Amino acid sequence: MKRIYVREEWCIGCHLCEYYCAFANSGEDDMADALRGVKINPRIQVEDADGGVTYAVSCRHCEKPRCAEGCITGALTVIDGVIRLDEDKCVGCYTCIMLCPYGAITPSKGKPVQKCELCLSNGAPDATPSCAAHCPNRAIVFEEGASPCGL
Amino acid sequence: MIHDYIYPEFEVARDYDKCVVCRACERQCANEAHVYKEKYDKMTCINENCVNCHRCVTICPTHALKIVRSGDTYKRNANWQNWIINELVRQAGSGAALLSSMGTPEPYPVYWDKLLINASQVTNPSIDPLREPMEVRMRLGATPGTKPQRGADGRLKTQLPPSLNLSVPIMFSAMSYGSISYNAHSSLAQAAQQLGIYYNTGEGGLHRDFEQYGGNTIVQVASGRFGVHQGYLDMGAAIEIKMGQGAKPGIGGHLPGKKIVEDISRTRMIPEGTDAISPAPHHDIYSIEDLRQLVYSLKEATRYTKPVIVKIAAVHNIAAIASGIARSGADIIAIDGFRGGTGAAPTRIRNSVGIPIELALAAVDSRLREEGIRHRVGLVAGGSIRNSADVVKAIALGADAVYIATGALLALGCHLCRSCHSGKCNWGIATQRPDLVKRLNPEIGAQRLVNLVTAWEREIKEMMGGMGINAIEALRGNRAMLRGVGLNETELNILGVKHAGA
Repeated sequence: MKRIYVREEWCIGCHLCEYYCAFANSGEDDMADALRGVKINPRIQVEDADGGVTYAVSCRHCEKPRCAEGCITGALTVIDGVIRLDEDKCVGCYTCIMLCPYGAITPSKGKPVQKCELCLSNGAPDATPSCAAHCPNRAIVFEEGASPCGL
Repeated sequence: MIHDYIYPEFEVARDYDKCVVCRACERQCANEAHVYKEKYDKMTCINENCVNCHRCVTICPTHALKIVRSGDTYKRNANWQNWIINELVRQAGSGAALLSSMGTPEPYPVYWDKLLINASQVTNPSIDPLREPMEVRMRLGATPGTKPQRGADGRLKTQLPPSLNLSVPIMFSAMSYGSISYNAHSSLAQAAQQLGIYYNTGEGGLHRDFEQYGGNTIVQVASGRFGVHQGYLDMGAAIEIKMGQGAKPGIGGHLPGKKIVEDISRTRMIPEGTDAISPAPHHDIYSIEDLRQLVYSLKEATRYTKPVIVKIAAVHNIAAIASGIARSGADIIAIDGFRGGTGAAPTRIRNSVGIPIELALAAVDSRLREEGIRHRVGLVAGGSIRNSADVVKAIALGADAVYIATGALLALGCHLCRSCHSGKCNWGIATQRPDLVKRLNPEIGAQRLVNLVTAWEREIKEMMGGMGINAIEALRGNRAMLRGVGLNETELNILGVKHAGA
């Protein structure tokens, strides 16, 4: 399946992926309308490590996902390799947040948790997830391959 | 000193209705022209720091930014223009020679724009390049000058001198590793290989990682001899002796010690942190005879398997100089016009020394033909070839191929802010700062260069088809395909073209 791969050697630390993620999940059709005056809470987050290293972190869509295994209500399921969240089933126990080794699931405003679903649930027009489609340096790519984390 | 303050030439204009305060502009500006004001949760600008590189303009996700001319002006004066006053003020403050980058921005005539290309009508047919074969390959180098002999099997018996074989008559001209980044070099090398053309190391040596592209590399031997060793000569497809550069004829180069970081030090074969100074002349070349010795030393060193290029800046008496070079044994002469780019040059020299490539090229081609030695050398024109029409006009004026560098950098992201000498290139091209270098992903860079040359190739074929020419060799030196507009008789004579209508 196609997954998001992050190549930190090309990450320029612009944090634009975070803003495109927030915009894609905002339901608005204009970024300024969606994000002006808003403190964003994106599903992809850029880590600024020491020594100028930056890299984006989002759900790896593990082949054996701990989050889905531990989910007490079955809200997290793997559909065609993508770990999807059924908000109606989620009770906000945060077990998944504690289980995810990457911190890729985070609390959310208005709903219990949020995670990257490869822009499949947010009505974004692109076939490519918004973060990968708009990364200015191809540091985030959407390609066929195995789970990047080995899980 | 209040005397030193110069109001910025341009200002960053931000549309606050669009700005989402993502701070990408701030993170991307190595000049620190954008500042986040926490107190107001707003972005603001320090216009004095802006070099107008357009990095922020292009990366802003809501397109909330543009750069505008500030409009600040002194009292109108056709003689003492704003920029002349500002440069003088700067020198009064610093006591230093002014430094500039890239080609001269001054409004000298661009002869390409005063030359028009012919097309077939009625009396000879034009050719549709989409339906019929169109040949744009070019062999670049010396030819025997006699009728080629063929054996019984139809194969060429005549021994041809070593040459470069171009799939399209465009090459990337010399830019050293040091003046441009590793990733810029990587992009150029990969693109040259994919396109079946050549890129040029400049005088900075060949990085070990790029030895794999040797078959598409022209290795340069310049006055500083940086990075030159037997392996380097053997690696390249051709060797270029750099006598001069269009942007700064008559002077050498100086890469400051702080740019000689570990990798560059190894590639250039000089100690880390030392200034890399290329002398103005080659200290072993004071005549054509001396040049001949170097040409043949290099040929001997590479067992006569590689063509030797001699690159010169377009200056006065260029035709006589080129004639001498052709007789020195060089296989190819590359002429660099005065609009050619540079990573750093004294402003006065960049803006006032040298001559236009169009006139130099025409003069050299005419002279070599008159002397019956045109076949002995290939001719390459460079120094601001901006588009495919410039390529067609250069070939019609007598070039075998063109060199592009500024155009290639533009494809890689350069916006001609002309601040290369600051070392803070926001596009990751003219810098060695690792955080800036990584902004140029060679995957993207190489693809954009391939796109550019492919697009030009298509356009060249269309123009050739219009002229009824189906092989680019038939266009070379075919000045009947050109007409001048708005040129005086002297200019037309030098260019060897008739005025439009004639």
